[in-house]
Amino acid sequence: MVEKTRVRATVNGREVEFLCEPRQSLLECLRDILHLTGTKEGCNDGNCGACSVLLNGRLVNSCLVLGVEIDGQAVTTVEGLAGPEGLHPLQQAFLDQGGLQCGYCTPGMLLAAKALLDRNPHPSEAEIRAWMAGNLCRCTGYERIVRAIQKAKGRMEVPDGRV
Amino acid sequence: MAEYEVIGSRPVPYGAVEKLTGQAVFGADVRLPQMIHGRVLRSPHAHARIHRIDTTAAEALPGVRAVATAADFTAGNGWENMLAGSKALYVGHPIAAVAADDTWIAEEALGLIRVDYEPLPPVLDMRAALQPGAPLLHPDLEAGNVASHFEMVKGDPDRALREAAVMVEREFRTTMVHQGYIEPHASLAAWSPDGSLTIWTCTQGAFPVRSEVARLLGLPESRVRVVPTAIGGGFGGKTVSYLDAVAAILARKAALPVKMVMSRAEVLQATGPTPGTIIRIKAAAGPDGRLQAVIAELYYEAGAFPSSIAGSGAEVLLGGYDVPHARIEGYDVVVNKPHTASYRAPGACPAAFAMEQVADELAGRLRMDPIEFRLLNAAREGTVRVNGSSAPVMGTVEVLHRAREHPHYRAPLGGPNRGRGVACGYWGNWGAQSSCTIQVNSDGTVSLLTGSVDLSGSLTSIAMQAAEMLGVPIDRVQASVGDTGSIGFTEVTAGSRTTFASGLAAVEAARDVIAQLRARAAELWRAPLEQVTFERGVLSYPAGGRKMTFTELAGLLLETGGPVTGRGNVDGDRYGVGPGYGAHIADVEVDPETGRVRVLRYTAVQDVGRAIHPGNVEGQIQGGVVQGIGWALYEGYQYGPDGAMLNPTLLDYKLPTALDAPPIEPVIVEVPCPTHPFGVRGAGEVPIVPAPAAVANAIYHATGVRMEQLPMSPAYILERMGII
Repeated sequence: MVEKTRVRATVNGREVEFLCEPRQSLLECLRDILHLTGTKEGCNDGNCGACSVLLNGRLVNSCLVLGVEIDGQAVTTVEGLAGPEGLHPLQQAFLDQGGLQCGYCTPGMLLAAKALLDRNPHPSEAEIRAWMAGNLCRCTGYERIVRAIQKAKGRMEVPDGRV
Repeated sequence: MAEYEVIGSRPVPYGAVEKLTGQAVFGADVRLPQMIHGRVLRSPHAHARIHRIDTTAAEALPGVRAVATAADFTAGNGWENMLAGSKALYVGHPIAAVAADDTWIAEEALGLIRVDYEPLPPVLDMRAALQPGAPLLHPDLEAGNVASHFEMVKGDPDRALREAAVMVEREFRTTMVHQGYIEPHASLAAWSPDGSLTIWTCTQGAFPVRSEVARLLGLPESRVRVVPTAIGGGFGGKTVSYLDAVAAILARKAALPVKMVMSRAEVLQATGPTPGTIIRIKAAAGPDGRLQAVIAELYYEAGAFPSSIAGSGAEVLLGGYDVPHARIEGYDVVVNKPHTASYRAPGACPAAFAMEQVADELAGRLRMDPIEFRLLNAAREGTVRVNGSSAPVMGTVEVLHRAREHPHYRAPLGGPNRGRGVACGYWGNWGAQSSCTIQVNSDGTVSLLTGSVDLSGSLTSIAMQAAEMLGVPIDRVQASVGDTGSIGFTEVTAGSRTTFASGLAAVEAARDVIAQLRARAAELWRAPLEQVTFERGVLSYPAGGRKMTFTELAGLLLETGGPVTGRGNVDGDRYGVGPGYGAHIADVEVDPETGRVRVLRYTAVQDVGRAIHPGNVEGQIQGGVVQGIGWALYEGYQYGPDGAMLNPTLLDYKLPTALDAPPIEPVIVEVPCPTHPFGVRGAGEVPIVPAPAAVANAIYHATGVRMEQLPMSPAYILERMGII
């Protein structure tokens, strides 16, 4: 039995504490230990983006981060996007624009899009396509995902122009 | 008043919010108490005899709960693709499986299994497989590595070819490609103490999984319940069961629930990609542009076991054309690669890649516009096809007119090294069996259950048809997908059958509800049944001056004789399916220094019969086209001489990204299918069919060279251009 390490972190705004093996990825910790199965595994080698989450606001493939690395850090997953007031503007825009079909890449798409809009509130279509190239979708052909992100960028803004 | 209230609208698809919030439960998300984990040992050899499998050391490893080999299938496992018997036939072929307390222990145990292999020379290429003296995969096949052969003839094609004014002859090769669903296969099997089995699996069809597992395990079908989970893409690849029976055997031996999830490498190396092909084609036309004859030979890789989709390619090749003389021969060839499976319009893309380039070339030689050429030669209702059948009503002419009139077709290309290509695609569509029930609830809402797995919105298009029939708004219909214990037999969600056939089942269930409601109203009103009508959600008995809404009667059902459930069980093929047809216009730019192709603009016109949910139909078209562009430019299995796949990751097997995909304008044409009450044909398959050919034709018009292989990689294009 491998000795486990204790990890304390903030996941979706909540303090969590768990034990994991040093070899376990953040993806495994989220899914198998914290039971946050909204984050998906598509390739487990960083090439599909289905497991995208935010680590201290930065976009990462959770399959390429070790669970022990999030000790003392903050993680946002798809389960943390919607609030009591309803869907996050990005979720609403994906819904309105038909930016999903099977829905498997969707959690990763949403987190990647959030990371983009958080750092660049007014991306051009070319910037959106370049940024989202790390997230594979096999159903939609991407057009409606791009359109959803374009729509959401307006909705995520507050009146003074800040996101 | 509009023709329809619900059909043609764009409601939010069922399940979309769950998918956006991470609540949807996909294959690998299901967990049970005491669940353990299974992994598969796979062959490192492309072709080998298996003399002995020693699992003793693996079984002795602490934490290992069960080990399975083909011997555990007491009645065999068919072609032995789930677990190999006496031979390993491709790299990745399952040899044994282990269930253990966690996946790490299971992986460690795989390394302790000793397999005594006798490597044999592999056959990786169809040309090599067809040579006399080639190593044989299945010595019991009568014709060497040719698993099957067929021929269809119409008229006298050899003579017509000799006499025609213009003739084009080419050979095209395409490479094996994968469906590329982002969700790997996953299955969880659990036995009850009473000996019944439940399987949660991400499949395109729960019933075929049930039939296969029951047969392989010697169980009555009633004792196997298959629960289809949310599914992260399938495109045909999840019509085949790989893990389910193996998980069930491990779970029985371990007496614990067993979950198995594939890695991406396993998905690429050992599920069912779609075949590589060789297509030789000769096509000839008269000076007036009329097609005179087409002769085609189709060689499709079956992979390790017989049954490729060459027949489907042959049906599609001339589906859109009226040709007086034709011969199509097909060969199904076994090679030491994974057993191939369906991929969106199975078999069609390579056939269209060949025929649509040849059509473009003929049109060019005749100095005809490529759309005019296809209009002149379009199949219509009554056209006798190569297989001798007569074409039903189809929208070829309407689609071609819309494509010709589209502004894209006349727009300037706007730069050097650019070209515009046109290609068309046909898919016959499919019917098959579907079941649906509709319960009427006391508040006037209805609960609909279908057997069709919801791949990408079909549940919504099924429910919309029921809502239209019942005259209730779609938000009063709650629709869900049943498991094999709760709904009747329903075939896989595939072949563009679901909105058609499962829609028909929903229509029949709604008709059953209406008949029962009319009878109930007649009883309440003491009216003759034939004088009680149902129109847009209102029951009336005009002679008696009585009227009641659907909702009002729903509230009275329990006190006036009991609940009402409508039932629809159909075989869609008995109604007769309506074929689909599309015409694509692609603009590309080819970098003459690097050979890189950029798709600049894309328009896809398609006859879907009736777009029940136009947003979902547009999504099908856009997604299908981008898959076709991936097949055209990027995707393809690469094998080393030893038969190992060289690119089993999503880094090296390149799927199109948001950067590669152009904006795609879908144009929906509706030529209703006369056998369906709303005119549905189906939508999902057609959009991939012409895409590689449209890109190839555009590359030709940009560079002046014809593309004879897929993928059209930069190196291949430069080679064809004589630059390297």
